[in-house]
Amino acid sequence: MQDRLNYYLNQTLRGRMDRRAFIGRAGALGVTAAAANMMWTKAAQAQGPRKGGHLMIGLQGGESTNSLDPALAASQVPFSYLRTTGDTLVNISPSGEIVPRLAEEVSASADAQTWTFKIRAGVEFHNGQTMTAEDVAQTLRRHSNEDSQSGALGIMRGVADIRVDGDTVVLTTTTPNADLPYLLADYHLVIQPNGGFDDPTAGIFTGPYRWVTDEPGVRHVMERFANHWDDSVGHFDSVEMLVINDATARNSALQSGQVQVINRVEPRVAGLLARAGNVSVQSSAGRGHYVFIMHCNTAPFDNNDVRMALKHAIDREDMLDKILRGYGSIGNDMPINSAYPLFDDAIPQRTFDPDLARFHFQRSGHDGPIVLRTSEVAFPGAVDAAQLFQESAATAGIPIEIIREPGDGYWSEVWNAQPFCASYWGGRPVQDQMYSTAYYSGADWNDTRFFNDRFDGLLIEARAELDLTRRKALYSEMGTIVRDEGGLICPMFNDFIDAHNDQVMGWESNPNGEMMNGFAAVHMWQA
Amino acid sequence: MHPIIKLLIQRIALGLLLLWAASVMIFVGTEILPGDVASAVLGQGATEQALANMRARMGLDEPAVTRYFSWLFNAIQGDFGVALSNGRDISTAISQRLGNTLFLAAVAAAISVPLAIFLGLLAVRYRDRWPDRLISGVTLTAISLPEFLLGYIVMYVVGVQLGWFPTVSNINAGMSFGQKLNAVALPATVLTLVVLAHMMRMTRAAILNVMQSAYVETAELKGLRRFTIIARHAMPNAIAPIVNVVMLNLAYLVVGVVVIEVVFVYPGMGQYLVDHVQKRDVAVVQACGLIFAAVYIGLNLVADVVSILSNPRLRYPK
Repeated sequence: MQDRLNYYLNQTLRGRMDRRAFIGRAGALGVTAAAANMMWTKAAQAQGPRKGGHLMIGLQGGESTNSLDPALAASQVPFSYLRTTGDTLVNISPSGEIVPRLAEEVSASADAQTWTFKIRAGVEFHNGQTMTAEDVAQTLRRHSNEDSQSGALGIMRGVADIRVDGDTVVLTTTTPNADLPYLLADYHLVIQPNGGFDDPTAGIFTGPYRWVTDEPGVRHVMERFANHWDDSVGHFDSVEMLVINDATARNSALQSGQVQVINRVEPRVAGLLARAGNVSVQSSAGRGHYVFIMHCNTAPFDNNDVRMALKHAIDREDMLDKILRGYGSIGNDMPINSAYPLFDDAIPQRTFDPDLARFHFQRSGHDGPIVLRTSEVAFPGAVDAAQLFQESAATAGIPIEIIREPGDGYWSEVWNAQPFCASYWGGRPVQDQMYSTAYYSGADWNDTRFFNDRFDGLLIEARAELDLTRRKALYSEMGTIVRDEGGLICPMFNDFIDAHNDQVMGWESNPNGEMMNGFAAVHMWQA
Repeated sequence: MHPIIKLLIQRIALGLLLLWAASVMIFVGTEILPGDVASAVLGQGATEQALANMRARMGLDEPAVTRYFSWLFNAIQGDFGVALSNGRDISTAISQRLGNTLFLAAVAAAISVPLAIFLGLLAVRYRDRWPDRLISGVTLTAISLPEFLLGYIVMYVVGVQLGWFPTVSNINAGMSFGQKLNAVALPATVLTLVVLAHMMRMTRAAILNVMQSAYVETAELKGLRRFTIIARHAMPNAIAPIVNVVMLNLAYLVVGVVVIEVVFVYPGMGQYLVDHVQKRDVAVVQACGLIFAAVYIGLNLVADVVSILSNPRLRYPK
């Protein structure tokens, strides 16, 4: 047994198993969770993060149009480099708790409408300046300014007032919001001197690494910032991110040892890549999901029978198997899964049922083909997925006609414009944010044109509810409404699949995002 | 005026006119693409308000004709403005990217042009015998495979299995010449394989054509060695079509290598252009388009002039 335990420990340390999996395996051998946890911690500490080395990361999702302005970040490479060079007020841990970073303490008023963030003292910017509460407030102001082009504008909109009080920043929200700290962990909201008003693209942050070279779309080089306030992170001397948008090139760069970590391993090659001796493929269940969306206010989708017919006519297991090769989990026609806090797993799983689909379709009285628009940019494998949908619907007597749209302009001409199309969502840290982003009547991206008063009421009520049991019940009802009345067909949730070789260790999967939620360079170390 | 100088001036003027026509077409082309810059830049997560702000900042609310002429006027002075998407100076970015592309093209050309001509001569020397068949067979196979597949094969065998050269050809200003050569070894090899067949076959065909002439027979009767006849007597008369095809391939090495650049992650013009096309960054697309057009027209101009100079009949038109 001891041998097995040691083997598991070794696997854990090499990053092939995470802490929770180790505790689970150890439990199977009769070791209590507390003891296993201690063993893990001890072993990890004995090994300990080592300082030094040069980390090379190969990433998809970078363009020569990328900017150092956090407001304009939208793709994977800016996400990773902002996480590496900047700090936010708080982070979200892999298990979903708030971890204080630049804010030492977070407290809320009883009505969850006034939030106080105590700003950490002695934090230094990369230019030597000391960070103040005013810098924090200015950063938040810039991102909530209607004139800004910030990608975080949507999540900052609920903030009515930002004010500095000594070494604290006080935020007042328009409606009570129990989830506010989760929103402030967004990667756009890294703190800049004077909020970045003077020079948004200066690249001056407070993170564990600071900028050396920035060649957008090519490579980004950072070095360790000696005066970073937290010694427990940032173990490499320097970090270099290479933009490798081609999947095969990324795999061969990892295999030949030119880079140590890569993102976005394609599901169909993940198994093959894992067979290479020195490579560990890391699959983390996340909140991102692939969707087919119907406009609930446009014929024929304004008829709930048509929507229900289509929801029952999709074979989720088959799609998960063929499109994601099992690297994911099946969806239940709502945008929430077990990766979210307060998820109710008692809501029954919808299954492929051609008879029920046929029943709803006939009852709807609709005749003729249903047009589904798709494109390879909608999500990886979206064209194949549409064809699978077409086949499974055909067995229920529902004719689907597929229109393949060009990738260019898909997000402006088709998504959120055409009544039925393929798309994806990256997920949000909490249920409230996901629902208010895309399912609330007044949401900017209500891409299913879902207008439901009961649902809106529940959303507002849940947002202010600090009692977790009550809140979970509210979310459960909202999930059920979307599932049974909404315009969302969600066949599957996709995993983040990253990979690293054995020159680095310390991997810990994080459901909040790929590459350990962008913190791979911050938390990993050289083996 | 000397007829050659007059001819040169005519050709250059024609080239400029073509370039201007190209600039109009590039502009019109970018105008009719689906989607607009603002939504492409801000992506799926854009709100209506953010989109409106972006459009106003980029001056997209002005009429197209106004934007075209103000751009053209600045471009003539060497100022391409700043990229709409990230606010960086286009001229600076392009000079670096263009340098990289030219470096890769130069390395590939330095290998492929002499090699293609030599192999072409060799194929003529051993016409219809096994060296000819082997050369044609290998080069035609290489050109028949899609570039990216050829790239992956070379990458897998030479880069991953043998580990001789890096699979990611990332070069930057801090590298020495030797390091740069090492970095571009694989893409240069693939590009050589891609352009070799065209030039080789053209050399072979052009020389074979000349080999039918009476003066070649005379040379044979004089008792010259076969390779000397080909290199000294046949080659100079076949130079025009060869230069034409060489220039065409050089132009390809500069403007057509986007696939190879993506496969080997090479920071050249092709990748730069594609990124900005996706973001509807009209300013950069036009600048790149104009440079590509200039390279293409310039190299074809050279080919024309060389073939005129090498042919006395064209040199002194009646």
